[in-house]
Amino acid sequence: MSDNLVLEAKSVSKFFGTITALQNVDLHLNKGEVLGVVGDNGAGKSTLMKVLSGLYKPSEGSLFFDKEKVTLNSPRDSQNLGLEMVYQDLALAGNLPIGDNIFLGREPTRKVGPFNFLDHKKRKQLTEEHLAKLKINVKSADQKVEELSGGQRQAVAIARATAFNAKIVLMDEPTAALAVKEVGKVLDLILNLKKLGVSVIVISHRMDDIFTVCDRVMALFQGTNFAESELKNTSRDEVIGWIMGKKD
Amino acid sequence: MDHGEKRLMDKNQETLFVRLIPFFERYGILLLILIMIAVLHLLQPDVFLSWRNVTNIFKQVSWQSMLALGVFMVIVTAGIDLSVGSIIMLSLMGLAIASKAGMPWYVVMLVAPAIGFLCGMFNGIGITLLRMPHPFIMTLGTLYIFRGIGNLISGGVPITGFAEQIRVIGNGKIKLDVFFGEGAREYIPTSLILMIVIFFIFWVFLNHTRIGKWIYAIGGNPGAARAAGINVDRILIVVYTLCGFLAGIGGLILAGRTNSAYPNAGLQSELDAIAAVIIGGASFFGGRGTVLGVFAGVMIMGILRNGLNLMNVSVFWQQVLIGSIIILAVYIDVLRRQLATRT
Repeated sequence: MSDNLVLEAKSVSKFFGTITALQNVDLHLNKGEVLGVVGDNGAGKSTLMKVLSGLYKPSEGSLFFDKEKVTLNSPRDSQNLGLEMVYQDLALAGNLPIGDNIFLGREPTRKVGPFNFLDHKKRKQLTEEHLAKLKINVKSADQKVEELSGGQRQAVAIARATAFNAKIVLMDEPTAALAVKEVGKVLDLILNLKKLGVSVIVISHRMDDIFTVCDRVMALFQGTNFAESELKNTSRDEVIGWIMGKKD
Repeated sequence: MDHGEKRLMDKNQETLFVRLIPFFERYGILLLILIMIAVLHLLQPDVFLSWRNVTNIFKQVSWQSMLALGVFMVIVTAGIDLSVGSIIMLSLMGLAIASKAGMPWYVVMLVAPAIGFLCGMFNGIGITLLRMPHPFIMTLGTLYIFRGIGNLISGGVPITGFAEQIRVIGNGKIKLDVFFGEGAREYIPTSLILMIVIFFIFWVFLNHTRIGKWIYAIGGNPGAARAAGINVDRILIVVYTLCGFLAGIGGLILAGRTNSAYPNAGLQSELDAIAAVIIGGASFFGGRGTVLGVFAGVMIMGILRNGLNLMNVSVFWQQVLIGSIIILAVYIDVLRRQLATRT
């Protein structure tokens, strides 16, 4: 396997009582690679993402970050290793401006005597720099998130995930709730991350998404690895077949 | 004019209207205060803007404003605190008993805020750790509990007469002889200075500290706050504790103002506090509102009551008017939200 491996899961299983959500699933991700994960509802995609982000502990199997075996006890642990998750429900506070959302919980501060005060200037500057780096266009960094369109909100959520030099970003259905004309912008953003050397895992039902941004696609079926291929060696019809559990 | 042109004009008018909304959102309330002052001055030219009447208004609102400020923070988290009126009474009774027991004045002074602090913490712990389904229920319970305890420890009778150092806080006067000449009657109430200082401290807290930012974030989307690694329960306990603490300060001010602790102290003042917060532009759904707005809301309630009293308007009509203003203020909030989400 390549030297650029940033994340690997080896024969991961996850049981909930008598239910087997994942069974001996393998996954690997290279630096700057976009991996598409497809599968029908209940195939185990979201469970796998939650295992990778540390929200669930795997029942069996192990995880490797930069080829080193790790145990994740919470999403905090995976964040510290450079993995960020973009949640499907976005997890943004609509009443706060873009910059506040990007830095929520990690606000830049300055010391005045014994007190730590928010550094509004620095936050604004960092926000503008970061949005420019990702080529995200908004009127102002001070705009409230509730005033943004669905696509812009998705962009803010991705900006938030990547604000602290994330090496790996997990996205669960990043285009599911978007208007057609906004989907392209989010996909451009994913390609931008790739250019910046960030590795991305995208869960999506939309073949257009997969075939626009991904380098490789893997299909889960009933909690197991079903098929996997470089994008150039497969077709939409074949991938749709995998989702339904059909292989030639 | 043809149809298309007319539509274009409608659109222009609408954008002008929409453009004015942020302006009114920010300054509309101050405009309302100025209009009220102007009208009352015209109606009562000799009395309303007199030094004595203005200081009277400030002395009256000073203790109420403490409740409003605390309840405001709670409402920003999309919560509610119904118990502040009872906390003010319990802290007042505690202060009175400490005073009667002959404790030194500086201990007596600490008793009221300390009791408020503990009551607020009790609310916060109940709401978070006991997982009460809504703060309304927990604080409705403590509304009865705290007033009941206040009556139990005092035997349900008023306790009168506090040390001069206590009285200064609610009733003290800072003479302005320097400006108005020897023996002038003009003065600034101590409680006004205290109110301004506390409002400033909480303005800094809410706008320039991380915890302040998180309080707004929790009101906007508690899930987002949790996902950002914020300990939502801990912040909520801080908020309810501070709310109780401010009610305790209110009890201290009221002690000085009335020189007495009485069973009906602060009765229904939690509703006045909520009204002031809502009139001041905070959203009941959380995440929205400013400290300056709370100050304005408190002033509107105070000026309205004072003006209506000066004009001998019956208390019953005062109730009708204040109720109408609350409904109007919330209706404006509803319209504002509609416009904000229409893009």
